[in-house]
Amino acid sequence: MMQQTFTNPNEHGYYGDFGGAFIPEMLFANVAQLKSQYLQIMDDKDFKQEVNDLLHHYVGRPTPLFLAKRLSAQYGTTIYLKREDLCHTGAHKINNTIGQIILAQKLGKTRIIAETGAGQHGVATATVCALKGMECIVYMGEKDIERQAPNVARMRMLGATVVPATSGSKTLKDATNEAIRDWINNPTDTHYIIGSVVGPHPYPDMVARFQSVISAEIRKQLLAQTGTELPTHVIACVGGGSNAAGAFYHFLEEPSVQIVAVEAAGHGVQTSMSAATTQLGTPGILHGSKSLLMQTPDGQVVEPHSISAGLDYPGIGPMHANLYTSGRGLFLSATDDEAMDAAFHVSKTEGIIPALETAHAFAALDQIKWKPTDTVVICLSGRGDKDLSTYMQKLDS
Amino acid sequence: MTRLKKLFDAKSSKVLNVYCTAGYPTLDSTLSIIAALENNGADLVEIGMPYSDPLADGPVIQESGAKAIENGMSIEVLLEQLKSLRATSNIPVVLMGYMNPVLQFGFEKFCAAAASVGVDGLILPDMPAYEFETKYGAILKKHQLDFIFLVTPETPTDRIQYLDSLSSGFLYAVSASATTGSALNFDAVDAFLQKLKQLQLNNPILVGFGVKDAASFELATRHTAGAIIGSAYIRALENSTDVTDTTAQFLSSIMGKS
Repeated sequence: MMQQTFTNPNEHGYYGDFGGAFIPEMLFANVAQLKSQYLQIMDDKDFKQEVNDLLHHYVGRPTPLFLAKRLSAQYGTTIYLKREDLCHTGAHKINNTIGQIILAQKLGKTRIIAETGAGQHGVATATVCALKGMECIVYMGEKDIERQAPNVARMRMLGATVVPATSGSKTLKDATNEAIRDWINNPTDTHYIIGSVVGPHPYPDMVARFQSVISAEIRKQLLAQTGTELPTHVIACVGGGSNAAGAFYHFLEEPSVQIVAVEAAGHGVQTSMSAATTQLGTPGILHGSKSLLMQTPDGQVVEPHSISAGLDYPGIGPMHANLYTSGRGLFLSATDDEAMDAAFHVSKTEGIIPALETAHAFAALDQIKWKPTDTVVICLSGRGDKDLSTYMQKLDS
Repeated sequence: MTRLKKLFDAKSSKVLNVYCTAGYPTLDSTLSIIAALENNGADLVEIGMPYSDPLADGPVIQESGAKAIENGMSIEVLLEQLKSLRATSNIPVVLMGYMNPVLQFGFEKFCAAAASVGVDGLILPDMPAYEFETKYGAILKKHQLDFIFLVTPETPTDRIQYLDSLSSGFLYAVSASATTGSALNFDAVDAFLQKLKQLQLNNPILVGFGVKDAASFELATRHTAGAIIGSAYIRALENSTDVTDTTAQFLSSIMGKS
């Protein structure tokens, strides 16, 4: 039985008041199978070996921890960038899909489904399905298919079927609904690779564990580069929160490390066009777990807004909801405009074009008063190639 | 004795439960629909409380829910409308919905209000058995509301018995692992329902998902107490100009002329 901590949920999947498995009976057998086997499989020596080999030789891990000297000088502190943008497929998402596809094979599954927002998780899933020769169906909101055309093309080229989600707000939330419905309709041969630390237990914990390689590497790399393995701050953007969970994971029980999560404020948290869940949400249930949720007083889920499709989600993983309400994490937010400015600034200062999602984490640098003695690690979760059309609109304006 | 118990004591076969979405097709149609269902031979009414993200439902019911929300339907409005239910109607009524809107309304406040207007039971497909046992079951019991769990062909036998032991009123057998409104595989469904019958469960079994016409109603009720029709009825209401006429025609198509 797991002891509940900031890092680990209890046996029912709760981080404090958040988590659980609120699923219809049609999903019970699948989720129960996963729950009873995931820890055992993930702890198996051969499984670990296979995952680590692929992370090394295929994904390109360990990713560099890069001292951003010009950015550090500007903020009067020491800033390191964890280069998840250099992972194969361009973001941290593949850390999780590599793990889950091998786990799906161990469970005897032959068909893979996934949801995607910006398309990064869809691409990462399509990639590992191609690698393993498995059928892949990716659900994607109709609106996101329009604004993330290059990733849709990549998924198709990798052999995946991209199915538009046409219900509701036609974004990530609805793509997730459609993926869950597919799973209900295909209960025996299908594994659902959820891309974030959301969904019914054990998904939040399982995805966090697969992403925890990020913070495991940070600790080793910091020790090698600075002589101490603990930074003073770790900063990551949060939509559902998978790169943040990975970047925070091995620091959560280290009280000296300030955890900083940055949400998408959209047009601003005072407007109706935002995706800053901890600021605007209340406890509720979506996609199988209890967490903080943007909703009406009647309990209807609100359509969020963010310029970045990957953060355009009305909920947040239960681990993060607990970090927020317990005070363990500092939760900030950055608007669309602030994120755009940060993306251009980082590009010109360090020669790295970040994803729009990641740009939110950089925007938060302006919101904290830094000391020369601080050591700050920013999780550079993805690269900006997929956002070029949005960036070009600003270049042209 | 509860209305559901009375119903199943009096009638142990071919019980017809019809699902409608509250506030669909119009905000005020719910009470007329209940009356029409009662007057035309339905035994039980299941009223769906619309939710923006109904995971267990297919497109037909989801769209009716979206329309109902647009029409202004909410739990608060529904419970207000149902205040006059028992002045004219004696048919058992169960509410079906999802955890989130009920939790926002307040679980206990919801149970108290539902019981006071004469609602008989509740179906929340995403209520985990664990949460029911540790938290919500006692509240439902206090307000004498029946709570109905779902079982599917993938549910192991010991779990079917366990969910039956937690349920009261009836047990909801999902005919196939599918969302609502899917087509039925007759042989597979028949085998599953026969298995349920042999288990001699405490609760009568009503079969839902994929029941849409006289033939599927016949199949679904061969080994069980009755069946639930949802999507097919919603589809019939979609283009209806008179919900009473539509309901009479729809029910006679299911049960034949009696």
